[in-house]
Amino acid sequence: MNTETTYMGLALKNPLVASASPLSREIDHIRHMEDEGASAVVLYSLFEEQINAESQSLDYFLSSTEDFHAEAGSYFPEMVAYNRGPEGYLEHIAAAKAAVNIPVIASLNGISPGGWVRYARLMQEAGADALELNIFLIPTDLNHSSESIESNYIEIVREVKRNLRIPLAVKLGPYFSSMGNMARRLDEAGADALVLFNRFYQPDFDLEALEVVPSLNLSSPEELRLRLHWTAILYGRIRADIAITGGVHSGYDVLKSMMAGASVACVTSALLWHGIGQIQKILKEMTDWMTEREYESVTEMRGSMSQRSVADPGAFVRANYMKVLQSYTLRSRVG
Amino acid sequence: MKIRLFRPWSVEHFLAALPVSVKQIVVLDRTKEPGAAGEPLYADVLTALTEGYLAGKSPLPALPMVTGGRYGLSSKEFTPAMVKAVFDELAKPNAKNSFTVGIQDDVTFTSLDYDPKFSTEDDHTHRALFFGLGADGTVGANKNSIKIIGEDTDFYAQGYFVYDSKKSGAMTTSHLRFGPKPIRSSYLISDAHFVACHQFPFVEKIDMISSLRQGGTFLLNAPMPKEQVWDNLPIEVQRQLIEKQAKVYVIDAYGVAREAGMGVRINTIMQTCFFAISGVLPKDEAIAAIKKAIEKTYGKRGRIVVEKNFEAVDTALAHLNLLELPAEATSTFSMRRSVPLAAPDFVQDVTARMIEGKGDLLPVSAFPDDGSYPTGTAQWEKRNISLEIPVWDESICIQCGKCVLVCPHAVIRGKLIHPSLLENAPPAFKTADAKWKDYKDLKYSLQVAPEDCTGCTLCVEVCPVKSKTEVKHKALNMAPQPPIREQENRNWDYFLSLPEFDRNKLNPKLVKDIQILQPLFEFSGACTGCGETPYVKLLTQLFGDRALIANATGCSSIYGGNLPTTPYTTNAAGRGPTWSNSLFEDNAEFGLGMRLAIDKQHQYAKELLERLKDLIGEELVADTLAAPQSTEAEIQAQRVRVEQIRERLTGANSPLARDLKAVIEHLVKKSVWILGGDGWAYDIGYGGLDHVIASGRNVNILVMDTEVYSNTGGQCSKATPRGAVAKFAAGGKPTGKKDLGLMAMDYGTVYVAQIAMGANDSQTVKAFLEAEAYDGPSVIIAYSHCIAHGYDMSHGLDQQKLAVETGYWPMYRYNPMLAEDGKNPLQLDSRDPKTPLRQFTQNETRFTMLMRSNPEAAEAFLKGAQKDIEDRWKLYKHLASMEYGVPAEEPPPEPTPSNPAEVAARKNEVQ
Repeated sequence: MNTETTYMGLALKNPLVASASPLSREIDHIRHMEDEGASAVVLYSLFEEQINAESQSLDYFLSSTEDFHAEAGSYFPEMVAYNRGPEGYLEHIAAAKAAVNIPVIASLNGISPGGWVRYARLMQEAGADALELNIFLIPTDLNHSSESIESNYIEIVREVKRNLRIPLAVKLGPYFSSMGNMARRLDEAGADALVLFNRFYQPDFDLEALEVVPSLNLSSPEELRLRLHWTAILYGRIRADIAITGGVHSGYDVLKSMMAGASVACVTSALLWHGIGQIQKILKEMTDWMTEREYESVTEMRGSMSQRSVADPGAFVRANYMKVLQSYTLRSRVG
Repeated sequence: MKIRLFRPWSVEHFLAALPVSVKQIVVLDRTKEPGAAGEPLYADVLTALTEGYLAGKSPLPALPMVTGGRYGLSSKEFTPAMVKAVFDELAKPNAKNSFTVGIQDDVTFTSLDYDPKFSTEDDHTHRALFFGLGADGTVGANKNSIKIIGEDTDFYAQGYFVYDSKKSGAMTTSHLRFGPKPIRSSYLISDAHFVACHQFPFVEKIDMISSLRQGGTFLLNAPMPKEQVWDNLPIEVQRQLIEKQAKVYVIDAYGVAREAGMGVRINTIMQTCFFAISGVLPKDEAIAAIKKAIEKTYGKRGRIVVEKNFEAVDTALAHLNLLELPAEATSTFSMRRSVPLAAPDFVQDVTARMIEGKGDLLPVSAFPDDGSYPTGTAQWEKRNISLEIPVWDESICIQCGKCVLVCPHAVIRGKLIHPSLLENAPPAFKTADAKWKDYKDLKYSLQVAPEDCTGCTLCVEVCPVKSKTEVKHKALNMAPQPPIREQENRNWDYFLSLPEFDRNKLNPKLVKDIQILQPLFEFSGACTGCGETPYVKLLTQLFGDRALIANATGCSSIYGGNLPTTPYTTNAAGRGPTWSNSLFEDNAEFGLGMRLAIDKQHQYAKELLERLKDLIGEELVADTLAAPQSTEAEIQAQRVRVEQIRERLTGANSPLARDLKAVIEHLVKKSVWILGGDGWAYDIGYGGLDHVIASGRNVNILVMDTEVYSNTGGQCSKATPRGAVAKFAAGGKPTGKKDLGLMAMDYGTVYVAQIAMGANDSQTVKAFLEAEAYDGPSVIIAYSHCIAHGYDMSHGLDQQKLAVETGYWPMYRYNPMLAEDGKNPLQLDSRDPKTPLRQFTQNETRFTMLMRSNPEAAEAFLKGAQKDIEDRWKLYKHLASMEYGVPAEEPPPEPTPSNPAEVAARKNEVQ
């Protein structure tokens, strides 16, 4: 059986990629992922905003206590280097590359136009095999039109692509008025892959303290459906590869992803829940199913259930929504 | 002649250096040796001359006339005008010997008069004065300017930096000289070409323009459009600027800083303006040099920091404006008085001069002659350093008193008031029905001192009440101060005029009741949001009217008793803490000495009572001697008895009666407190502290643990935790924190408590009360958040909570009294640590700077520190769960036989 696949031109031994998560902060974990069978690893994101915030807070706390009063010229010792900024991340890329043979994909969340390009180039120089742009914008400013926000995405991708030799993936959220059109524009702007979809921070309310609590729960398998839906719609209609992330918990989820048209399926929450060893179980589930059904390769199933390959393409459009509702009503009555 | 090698003193070389023509020598010593025949250098010169003369080795034909004088003591200025006065004196027929110069001695008349206008300054030397705040970077920028001028021009440059004694809102004055000739003026500038005021509020507080020379330049940072600046200057400033034909430049530096994302850092902006106006370097060169300096200073902190500073420099000059001065001064207001008219004479005559920065001009007679110093003077120094103050919403307040407890500067206070007293209340004075079960008929007021508040927001942060309709609205909310300043001043004065509630009717164990107790430590110069002062304030609320405090040098001695003002104060009866500062190395012993003195005088007073009982009355003597004094009411009753005894002693003039009058106050229980920080308690003063707790005497030791030497700038102490970055531990402290509490507990006879007010205020109060009640040594180790930890102090209490939840700072009380009852003396007051230590450390720069500069080391330290926590907690749990039975009474030993036969028989029995 051939489980090989290609993703942005990278030849991968199987379609299961470990996606960006805190697990990739440790080189040992990355090594473990490779041992368990992951075909590539996306490193945790470097946040330009965080680097800036850390620099500024460091500067603030050092400066505000400098020449403070007669007996204290400063409150912290002079150091050779206070803030390594992106250095630590770049070293981590190099260390990961040295530790494993699978491709290492760096992940970047920028905020300034210059920042996206600057850090992208640094990551390329550090040896990343590809770069994933983690464009994470929550448009809370009511004055920003969807058009200006979308243009912002396109501009970032175009600029980074122009300055990069390695393949470029774009990870984005589903909240666009016209997801398909957005995908096409990103494709045209030079994205080599679209990673569907980012999961956003959803604050919770603490009723005891009457406070807003930052939280991000791990994904559930139900979340896969939204990804399958859009992958199936986009497959074959854009040049860029598609990666599914969010809701991939089992071998069956990987199979579904492939059939919808994804090149790879990325897994995070399942590893955070069950440990890195889960990779092997997922792969086994996938290959067992393929053996049972006599599939010879992953390639042959790719896109086999995309919108253009299914008997009823309407299954992916609104009309179908009505049916789902009806069937649900029936079921509840029966129950 | 300048002596460069004092010891060993060489008679031969000294004599050889004297010109043969010398007829008179005046020796200036910068020291004072009371009781000596002369100051040391003077004595050596006399000896050398005499020896040389007697041995025939002197190059001089005759013994010259030698006089000696003192100069520059306590860092007093020494100027060419003073040197001239010395020479002028020498020329007089009866030149003064043992004179002083630089002070006005109107008591013993030893000082020389001098003409302060006499100057030898070179006109080509440019002189610039900068008035800034400690936190606004003025000094740092000026140090950079000196480097730039020194390195990038052919000019010589010099800088002196003067600070006031405060830690919050401290004023700095930078004195810069630069010019083509070497600069040897080792004194401050009084006649400046350029004066810059970096903080607008200073224009109505500090007389800066009097230092500006005719035709000089004044640069002012004014947070307003330039058209409004002139009308916002006091009349005195306007008049002087016009008279001196000053060139006045204005810039809204805060506006520029805000736009550049620099927050309140205006240093590089003002520096750019200085270079542009002074013309010391061509503008572009100056800007390039400033940027180079920025890169060098801030480059290590991150690219964004450099970029924002560059942006500020680039935009500064566009906002710099030259102000056209009108022909006449038109202002409708004057400079503010440094103290209100209502202040007592001493404050008006002495304290006010010091506040104005003119303390050096005070004559000797102005100072108290017995070594004591008036207390309660901080209340007159209305510093107005916060633009925002808390405002009370009485409709939702639950009157818990937490805000009052945590306020570092005692500027927010609660009071229970009889409604009849409110008839003349100012219209804006707020009250609510008192939420006390026993005092429902009374009113409650929570009042803020608007001009003393430093704006730390700890009170708002600790407030547990949130509005049901808008959760950000609490029972206390910050609001701009200027619009409500006058109204709140009236309210504050009225609040103070209302009588204090009877202490005996309050329960000192409750935080809610403690807010009603008058603090006798107020408006100190401690940092905004200080973590130490709330403990000191609590001490004075509970025991202040009978406390004696021995204070180790450190932050607490600076904010506790530094001039010009004293925060310790007295109550309506005139009672308050007696306070004195001693050294790092002897403060515990200093406090022990207070205890011994009190005990001796107490003992003597008791003896005298017995001996004078016929005069005083047997019953009163018996009652006085037997008084328990364990509660406020009992102490109050004893005070009444002491007064009765005093009355009965009126007219009695026997030696015994006179002695009793001198020591009678010691019949009332005193509370001795020994205060200091961790640098004192863990390090330099530890030997003494150990000695004192081993003495078994009744002293209370309060260690305000900031885990570094805070006063001197964050040097590592033995209280510094593993992995924290501090001076002398730049790579993170490799070893763990010393467990001072455990060491003290080891004696078994010392009361020990480890507390953190932000985590559990009730436990803090319990610890203070128990420590004071324990008739033996007590040690309270109080977690004190500090600017040296590197985070916003408004989150100090949250960090304290995290410190406890992570097990970083376990809270406990060890009370030897419990062991006497067969109970385990150690009570753990915090729960099993559940939160990872990382959640605490990631909020503080002292830890994160290592995480960013050397993450591997930081991680290793963190693991080690987490293990420290776990191990220590296990140990504490074990200690706290041990069985403590009352030791069974041993049977009396059998009498030792003396008969040898019996001894032998016994021996056989045993075998």
